[in-house]
Amino acid sequence: MYKVVIPGDFLSDDVSRAGEGTYIEGGKVYAMRYGVVDEKEEIKVVPFMGKYLPTRGDVVIGKIIEISFPYWIVDIASPYEARLHMSEVTSDNEKRIEFGSMHTYLDIDDLIVAKITNIDALMRIDLALMKEFQLGGTGRLITIPYTKVPRLIGRKGSMIKMLKEKSNCFIFVAKNGRIWIRGKEEDMKLASEVILKITTEAHTSGLTDRVANFMDSHRSRMGKGEYKVMRDERRRFRAYKRW
Amino acid sequence: MKEEGLELIKGGKRLDGRSFDELRQIRIEVGVLKRADGSCYFELGDNKVIAAVYGPREMHPRHAQDAKMAVLKYRYNMAPFSVDERKRPGPDRRSVEISKVSREALEPVIIKEYYPKTEIDVYVEILQSDAGTRTAGINAASVALADAGIPMKDLVSSVAVGKIDGEIVLDLNAVEDNYGEADMPVAMIARRNAITAIQMDGCMTRSEFEKGLKMAMNACQKIYELQRTALIERYSEM
Repeated sequence: MYKVVIPGDFLSDDVSRAGEGTYIEGGKVYAMRYGVVDEKEEIKVVPFMGKYLPTRGDVVIGKIIEISFPYWIVDIASPYEARLHMSEVTSDNEKRIEFGSMHTYLDIDDLIVAKITNIDALMRIDLALMKEFQLGGTGRLITIPYTKVPRLIGRKGSMIKMLKEKSNCFIFVAKNGRIWIRGKEEDMKLASEVILKITTEAHTSGLTDRVANFMDSHRSRMGKGEYKVMRDERRRFRAYKRW
Repeated sequence: MKEEGLELIKGGKRLDGRSFDELRQIRIEVGVLKRADGSCYFELGDNKVIAAVYGPREMHPRHAQDAKMAVLKYRYNMAPFSVDERKRPGPDRRSVEISKVSREALEPVIIKEYYPKTEIDVYVEILQSDAGTRTAGINAASVALADAGIPMKDLVSSVAVGKIDGEIVLDLNAVEDNYGEADMPVAMIARRNAITAIQMDGCMTRSEFEKGLKMAMNACQKIYELQRTALIERYSEM
């Protein structure tokens, strides 16, 4: 069973257990956001919606939106833009990038995987390029609310592991809610449909099993020409975007 | 002015059959707009209002950013077809004032420090108007803000009281508003009994004011329950 709360709902008298998504007033803990209560040692509210707030150490998928020597300005699906310094791209000190030639390395609309190395008081965000993850080739990028990322990964990665196996796709989930999928067209379609299903039902229990069943039955139906996409699910899902 | 012989109260009932402390029919729907971060459709009798929330997002113009907190923007706008006589589109003196007042009614509950240097946009569109649109707008905006996942301390609920034919009544409709003696919209944090906005035009005595305020505060509790139910039920249906 899950419990939906709205801002201002009373959660506990025990201030020491107040976690994310809560606030304390008058020695009591209240919900700060509209979401589901997660009550373990800490009481947390996992919001249904929200904008990604960058944290140091997060791995994110970013999109280059501007080149401003010596930085690339990167959109990381957050209210704040991040920046990637030129020196992140060249290997050590062998060559310097000439002014005006930055676009030959990374151009506008290119996607990168990067780690947030620093956030200063002015909310300037520095990135380090993670060269081991290349988002090359053809694939899909979908965006879900960042709050659903832990659910998509599941306990000890159970959900995402199952998803990768059953869909035959390469799936990379970043902290900011962006997901890179690569595989056969049909497989990618299934994978993104299922991710949307997980996102809309993130707060329900027994989801991993339900998703596994769904994927199995979906596969067998596809063979019989009864392939029916969950169109309603898609309509309900607002943050969905495909480049 | 009031036509000769128009009675706003007949036999202890109002023109639309309501008793003095009765609200109009309320309908709330959450998440009606696909592209907004949060949205709410709110009906209060013949008022039809839609609120959309975008953000927190990057603030423009940059010089207006606040380094410590998010900036709340609120736009109250009446559709040209929302009233009997076509309203000239665009902001006017009245809607600029209502936008400011409504924004200040909501500001106390929003935890703006959470997203510094950003802006939160609230757009309230009045699709059909029958007096009390600013209160309907605040109710809708409050639900839409919660739906957008904005960190908040509580919800804000709002309703108007007024005086017609010498009686204090709740939630005036257009006829009562036009021909009545006073109109007083109230916005409050229902659970804490804290008033975040109050306005009045017309005249009331002190005891009438107190009676009206009490009436409005009780009604806000009811509206709060409806807002709450609408939000909770959205995720309980599955």
